[in-house]
Amino acid sequence: MKILVCISHVPDTTSKINFTEENTKFDSNGVQFVINPNDEFGLTRAMWFKEKQGAEVTVVNVGTSETEPTLRKALAIGADGAIRINTPATNSFSVAKQLANVAKDGAYDLIIAGRESIDYNGGMVPGMLAALIDANFVNNCINLDVEGSDAKATREIDGGKETVSTTLPLVIGGQKGLVEESDLRIPNMRGIMMARKKPLTVVEANETSKETTSISFEKPTPKGAVKLVASDNIDELVNLLHNEAKVI
Amino acid sequence: MNSIYFTEEHNLFRKSLQHFLKKEVVPHIDTWEKTGEIDRFIWKEFGEMGFFGMNYPEAYGGMDLDLFYTIILLEELQKINSGGFAAAIWAHVYLAMTHLNAEGNDDIKERYLAPSISGEKVGCLCVTEPFGGSDVAGMRTTAAKDGENYIINGSKTFITNGVNSDYLVVAAKTSPELGNKGLSMFVIDRGTKGVSATKLDKLGWKASDTGEIAFDNVKVPATNLLGEEDKGFSYIVQHFSLERLIMGVNAHARAEFALEYALQYMSDREAFGKRINQFQALRHTISDLYADVEICKNYNYAVTARLDKGEYVVKEATISKLKSTKVADEVIYQCLQFLGGYGYMEDYPMARLFRDSRLGPIGGGTSEILREIIAKMVIDKKEYKPAT
Ligand SMILES: Cc1cc2nc3c(=O)[nH]c(=O)nc-3n(C[C@H](O)[C@H](O)[C@H](O)COP(=O)(O)OP(=O)(O)OC[C@H]3O[C@@H](n4cnc5c(N)ncnc54)[C@H](O)[C@@H]3O)c2cc1C
Repeated sequence: MKILVCISHVPDTTSKINFTEENTKFDSNGVQFVINPNDEFGLTRAMWFKEKQGAEVTVVNVGTSETEPTLRKALAIGADGAIRINTPATNSFSVAKQLANVAKDGAYDLIIAGRESIDYNGGMVPGMLAALIDANFVNNCINLDVEGSDAKATREIDGGKETVSTTLPLVIGGQKGLVEESDLRIPNMRGIMMARKKPLTVVEANETSKETTSISFEKPTPKGAVKLVASDNIDELVNLLHNEAKVI
Repeated sequence: MNSIYFTEEHNLFRKSLQHFLKKEVVPHIDTWEKTGEIDRFIWKEFGEMGFFGMNYPEAYGGMDLDLFYTIILLEELQKINSGGFAAAIWAHVYLAMTHLNAEGNDDIKERYLAPSISGEKVGCLCVTEPFGGSDVAGMRTTAAKDGENYIINGSKTFITNGVNSDYLVVAAKTSPELGNKGLSMFVIDRGTKGVSATKLDKLGWKASDTGEIAFDNVKVPATNLLGEEDKGFSYIVQHFSLERLIMGVNAHARAEFALEYALQYMSDREAFGKRINQFQALRHTISDLYADVEICKNYNYAVTARLDKGEYVVKEATISKLKSTKVADEVIYQCLQFLGGYGYMEDYPMARLFRDSRLGPIGGGTSEILREIIAKMVIDKKEYKPAT
C-alpha cells in the first residue's frame, strides 16, 4: 500500500498570534512551527500501517523552504520520503490542487490529511483533494483499517460515531482517535540521523487559480476583568447581567 | 539557534529532546528530588532514544556524532532544573563511559559500554577519596595483584551514581610507591563481594544518589583492568578537558535558564505601579548578567568546536569551568533576588537552582585548583600534553 500523508506546517499551539500589514498577514516572528496536530495523528497511524502491513509512507507539504524542518521531523518519525511543493500555502483550493498533482503522479492508495489545520482552520483541503483525484472520502476520521483494497473507517458525528466501509483509493480527513496522544512519537537519535539520508524532493508548483483571498484577520477581543459578586447579592448580579453584559 | 555550530539536525534533536524531557522526565522530577533517587525506567528510555550513544562508536550501539549533540543534551538537562538528575545522566555518559570507551578493550566494551549505551547498565566514576580530593595522587585505595585478580581495598567519597549504579570505574594504586605514576583504573561490578555504599545527604543535587563507597578485599579479575597498569593518572588527566568543558556548559545553560525565568517573571510582576522590569537598577543588572552569560556560552561553544576537532584544550576547558561556574552562581544569586521573597520559596525554581549551582566551583576540580593549572600554564609556561 502506498500512503501519502499531507503535512501542514503550523504555529505551535502555545505561540502568541499576531498579525502585520494592517491585519492582513500572519506575523511569524518568533513563532515555533510544528506538524499540524491532526496530521501528526494521521502520520502516526501511517507508521502503524508501515510497521504492521508493510506500507510505504511519503509525506507532502505545500510550502516554501521554511517548512523543511517540519518535513524532516516527519522523516525522523519514520516516513520513507518527503515531497515539498514549492509555493506558499495561501488558499485551500490551490493547496488541494497542488496536492492533487502529486497524489496523481504517485498513484497513492491512501491519502491521509488532517481534518483541518490548526492555523487557518479551513477544513476544506481533504474534501477538495478527494474530489480532484476522484477518490473516496471520509472526513473526521477517528479509526481506519485497511484490508487489501477495502477500508473500514469510523468517523465522528455529532454526539456519536459512524462506521463506513469503502474502497481505496481513499482520502481521509483524520483527527485524534486515529491514534491517541500517548501514541505520538518523539523522533529518536537514529530517526533524526536517518532523516538526513532520506529523499526530500522539491517539486515546482503548477499554476493554479486562487479562488479566495484573505482580506483581513481579527483576534478575539481580550477578556475583560472579572467582577466578583457576593453570593448573597442576587440583585446586583441581575443588574449586571441585564444592564452591563446585556445577556438577560 | 547559533547556526555556526548547530545544523538543522542539531535543532531537530534539541526540539525532540525538549519534548521528550517534558513528557517523560519533568513529571517525575519533584518526586526524585524528594526521594533522592531516580527511577530505573528512565535510564532505559534514554538508552532507547539513543541519548547515551551520541558520542560513542557505532560498533557498540552508539552514533559517533559531533560534540554539539552532547552540548544540546547538557543544556537541555539544565533547563529542566534538577542539577541532580542532570548530574546522574552526565556522570554516567561522560565520566564513567568515557573511561570504558577510551581505555577499555573490546571485551570490556562489549560487557560494559554497549549496555551503558542501551541504558541497561548505569555507571559511576570513583576518583575522590576521603583523604584525596583535589590531591588525586594522594589517594589511598590500593589494588594488589593476586594471580589472575586484583584485590582492592580502600574507600571513595562524593561519588555521583555511587549507590545505585551497576558498575564502578575505580582509580586505585597498583604501585603505591610511584605516587601518581602508580595509579590504575578498574571496572568493578556493583554486586562484587566487599563493595558497599552509603548515600550522603547534601545541600543540593537532591535527585542524585551521591555515595560513599567502601572496598573491603574486593576481588576483581585482571580482565577488568582498563588500559595498562600504572597509567591511570594520565587517563584521568586526559579526560579532564571534556569533563571541565561539560561543567562549564552546564553552568552557562543553568545561568541562561535562570535569566529566562527571571525575565518572564519580571515582565509580569508589578511594584510601585510598574512592571519591575522597568526599574533601571534591575535593567542594568540584567544587561550585565546577560552579557556575562553570552560571553561564557560563546567561549564554551568555541572550545567545544576545537575539542571536537581533536585539539588538546586543557587550558581552554579549565577557563571554561572556572569562569562559567562563577558567572552561573552570580547570575542565579541575582535572579533569585529579582524574584524577591518568591525566589526563596521552593514553589519557584530559583531556590533549587541556587543550591544546585553551588557545586559548580567545587566538583570536578575546584576553582582554586583550576587557577593553579592556569597559573602554571600562563606564568610558568608549563605545557600539558596528551598522553600517548
Ligand atoms: C555532589 C558531589 C558530586 C561529586 N561527584 C564525584 C564523582 O562522581 N566522582 C569523583 O571522583 N568525585 C566526585 N566529587 C568530588 C569532587 O570532585 C571533589 O569534592 C573535589 O575535587 C574537591 O575535593 P575535596 O572535596 O577533597 O576538597 P579538598 O581537596 O579537601 O579541598 C578543600 C579546599 O582546599 C582547596 N585546595 C586544595 N588544594 C589546594 C591547592 N593546592 N591550592 C589552593 N587551594 C587548594 C580547595 O580548592 C578547597 O577549597 C563530587 C563532589 C560532590 C560534592
